[in-house]
Amino acid sequence: MIKKEMIAMLLAGGQGSRLGVLTSDVAKPAVAFGGKYRIIDFPLSNCINSGIDTVGVLTQYQPLRLNTHIGIGIPWDLDRNNGGVTVLPPYERSNNSEWYTGTANAIYQNLRYMENYNPEYVLILSGDHIYKMDYEVMLDFHKENKADVTIATMPVPMEEAGRFGIVIADENKKIQDFEEKPEKPRSNLASMGIYIFSWNVLKDALIELKDQKKCDFGKHIIPYCFENEKRLFAYEFNGYWKDVGTLGSYWEANMELVDLIPEFNLYEEYWKIYTKCDTIEPQYIAPEASVERCIIGEASEIYGAVIHSVIGPNVHIGRGTIIRDSIIMKDTDIGDNVTIEKAIIAENCKIGDGVVLGFGDEAPNVLNEDVYSFGLVTIGENSTIPSNVRVGKNTAISGETSREAGDYPDGLLAGGGAIIKAGDRK
Amino acid sequence: MKAVGIILAGGNNNRMGGLSRKRAIPAMPIGGSFRCIDFALSNMSNSHVQTVAVLTQYNARSLNEHLSSSKWWDFGRKQGGMYLFTPTMTAENSDWFRGTADAMCQNIDFLKKRHEPYVIISSGDCVYKMDYNDLLDFHIAKKADITIACKDMPADADVSRFGVIRMNEDSRITEFEEKPLVAQSNTISAGVYVIRRRQLIEILEKTAEENRFDFVTDVLIRYRNIKKICGYKLKSYWSNIASVDDYYRTNMDFLKSDLRDHFFRQEPKIYSRVDDLPPAKYNAGSKVSGSLVSSGCIINSQVENSVLFKKVFVGKNCVIKNSIILNDVYIGDNTHVENCIVESHGTLKANTYYSGENKILVVSEKNDRYLL
Repeated sequence: MIKKEMIAMLLAGGQGSRLGVLTSDVAKPAVAFGGKYRIIDFPLSNCINSGIDTVGVLTQYQPLRLNTHIGIGIPWDLDRNNGGVTVLPPYERSNNSEWYTGTANAIYQNLRYMENYNPEYVLILSGDHIYKMDYEVMLDFHKENKADVTIATMPVPMEEAGRFGIVIADENKKIQDFEEKPEKPRSNLASMGIYIFSWNVLKDALIELKDQKKCDFGKHIIPYCFENEKRLFAYEFNGYWKDVGTLGSYWEANMELVDLIPEFNLYEEYWKIYTKCDTIEPQYIAPEASVERCIIGEASEIYGAVIHSVIGPNVHIGRGTIIRDSIIMKDTDIGDNVTIEKAIIAENCKIGDGVVLGFGDEAPNVLNEDVYSFGLVTIGENSTIPSNVRVGKNTAISGETSREAGDYPDGLLAGGGAIIKAGDRK
Repeated sequence: MKAVGIILAGGNNNRMGGLSRKRAIPAMPIGGSFRCIDFALSNMSNSHVQTVAVLTQYNARSLNEHLSSSKWWDFGRKQGGMYLFTPTMTAENSDWFRGTADAMCQNIDFLKKRHEPYVIISSGDCVYKMDYNDLLDFHIAKKADITIACKDMPADADVSRFGVIRMNEDSRITEFEEKPLVAQSNTISAGVYVIRRRQLIEILEKTAEENRFDFVTDVLIRYRNIKKICGYKLKSYWSNIASVDDYYRTNMDFLKSDLRDHFFRQEPKIYSRVDDLPPAKYNAGSKVSGSLVSSGCIINSQVENSVLFKKVFVGKNCVIKNSIILNDVYIGDNTHVENCIVESHGTLKANTYYSGENKILVVSEKNDRYLL
C-alpha cells in the first residue's frame, strides 16, 4: 500500500477577475510573473523544496495554459513513479455532476485521489501567492502541537489588519477566535490561505459538510472544525508573502524584484524556483540599447532603452523605444520609437511603431474602475496595437485593434478607456 | 529516420590552451547558454534519429555531467535514446580508445544490435545546424559508400589544420588530405559522415585487424579509391572548435544578428540542459552594449561587445570589453577585462586588470569568493 506522510492539494481553479484582461483567457495561477515564471511555480517549487512529492492541482477556469505548463511535472522534478503531480479537473458522474463550487467542495470531489496515498496530513495551498515557504517546518509545528488544523498566518501592520481574515491566538498559538475583515482587529495575524489538516479531521469535515453550498475552507470547514473543538493552531510565517490578486499588487510585486537586493530574492542558491522554460538562448543587448534597473528574460533582443522594468523571454524591443516602470511578458514584439510608461503587456502582443502608452492624467475606467486603476495601461495577451496611437492611463486593451476599425478616434484612447475585442468577457 | 547516430566526443586539442584542461572540447560552453555537443545532439534529435551513441574518453567529467539526463534533447525514450560509451576494461581488451575508428570498434556490439540500415557519424566539437535527412537522401541518390559533409571555406582561410577535400563534378571525392602543408583546395571535411551500418562494421573489423585506429586516415583516406566516397556541401554556418582563436571567434560570431537568427530563432531549435536560473538582472549603473547576456547574470557596470555565459556577476565600476566570460564567474568591483576569455567558476578580485595584447588572454583565477 502506498503511504505518503503529507500530500499537497493546490487550488488553481480561480478566475482572478481582478486581474482584468490578464486572466480573460488563462487561469490566474498561469499568469506570468517575474519575467520567466508563472504564479503557480512558487507553490509548486515550495512543495518539492519542502520534500512534498505528491501534489494534486485542482483546475477549473481556462485550464489549457496551466495544463501545458505543468505537463507531467518535469521542471519541478514532480515526474514520479509514485505520486508526482496530478492535474485534477472537475468530472462527470452518473448523477449529480457539478463544477467545483467552492474551495472545500473541490477538495471533497477529489477524496478518492487523496485516499489513494493514505496521507497522515494534507496541505491545502492556493495558486495565487508569491512566497518561499518551507512547509516541512510548518508540519513540524503541526506535529509538536498535536494540532488537528494548522493555519499559516503572517503578522500585518495593525492598521491594515482590517483587510484580512484575522486569527486570534493565545501565547501557545492555539487559536481562540476568528474575525473576517474586522473593523477593530484584536490581532494582527492574517490568514494566508495555507492549511495543514490531519487527514481524518479533514475527511470527516468534508463528508459532514458535503451538502453545504459553495463549501469553502475559510467560511465553512475551518469554523466547523473550530466549533467541534478541534485543536486549531496558528503558524506564524515571517518571510516575504505577496497576494497578487489585483493589477496594482501584481505590478508592485514584479517591480520589487528589480530592487538592488530584493526582499524576495530569486538569485539565492538556496530554495530555487523552477519553471518550464522553452527558451534558453541568451539575450542580446544592442550597441544602441540601454538597460538599467531591470530584469530581462532569455532570448530577448533589446535595441531601445529599458528602465526599471520586468521583461519576459523572447521579447523584441525596437530602436528608439523607451520602456519605463512596465511589465512585458514573453514573445511580445515592440516596434521602434515607442514610449511605454507603467504598463502591463501580456504574452505575444504586437505594439506598432511610434505608439505612446500611459500618457496624460488618470481617469476612472469605463469598464471597472476598481480593476483598472493604479494608473496602469493593461494589455491582454495576443493583442495588437497599431502604429502611432496614444493610450492614456487606467486603460485596458485586448484583441486585435486597428485604426481602420475605429478603435482609436483621432489616434487616441483617452485615460480610463477600454477596447475589449477578445477573450471571455468580450 | 533510417539511421543510428554516433557522436565522437573524445576531444582534446593542445591548441586549446588551458581551456581543455578542465573539460573535453564537446563540453565547451558556446553561444551563451549551450555546450558544443548540444549542436550535434540537437541535430540528431531534430533529424529524428532515434538512437545515439556518444563516445567519450578525454576528461569527460564535465561532459558526463552535462549529459546526465537525456531528456533535454528528447532522448529520454523507451525505444532507443542516448547511450554514453566510455572506454571500459573487458576480458579481451584493456586499452583506451586509440582513435576514432577504435572507439567505434570497441563498441561494435552497439552497431551490430541495431536494425537501422545507416549510421550517421558526427564529431562533437563542431557548431552547426544540419538536417541529416538531407545528407542521407543525398547519400542514397549518389549510391555512395560513404558520404562526407564538407564546407567551402573562404579563400583566405587557413585550412591547413583540416581534412582538405577535392571532388569531381559528380561530387565524388578524388583527393583527401589530412592537415596538408599546402592545401590543394578550400573545401574541408565538416566531420560528419554517412555510411551503411553493415559496411561500417565490416570496415571497422578489418581496420582493427590491421591495427589501425583512426577513422579519417585509416578509413576515409585509405579507402577513397576503392569505395565511392562522396562529398555533400553544407551551405550554412559551420565552425570547429580546435583552438583558443576558434573558440573566441565562434562565440563572438553569435553577436551577429543573422547567426542568432539561424541558431536561436529558426526552427528547429538547439536544445541544452536546463538549469533553472532566474532572468538576468541589470542594476543601477549598468551600461551594456552589443553583448549577449545569459540567465542568472547580475550586472552592475559596463559590458561592451562581449559574451556573458550563465550566472556571471559583474561588480561596480568594471569595464568588460571584447571578452568571453564563462559560466559562474564573479568579477569584483573596479576590474578591467579586455580581450580575455575568463574560465568558468573563476573569481576575479576587485581592482584588478586583465588585458590580452595582440592575442586573447585566457584567465583562470581561483580566488576566494565573498558573496553579498
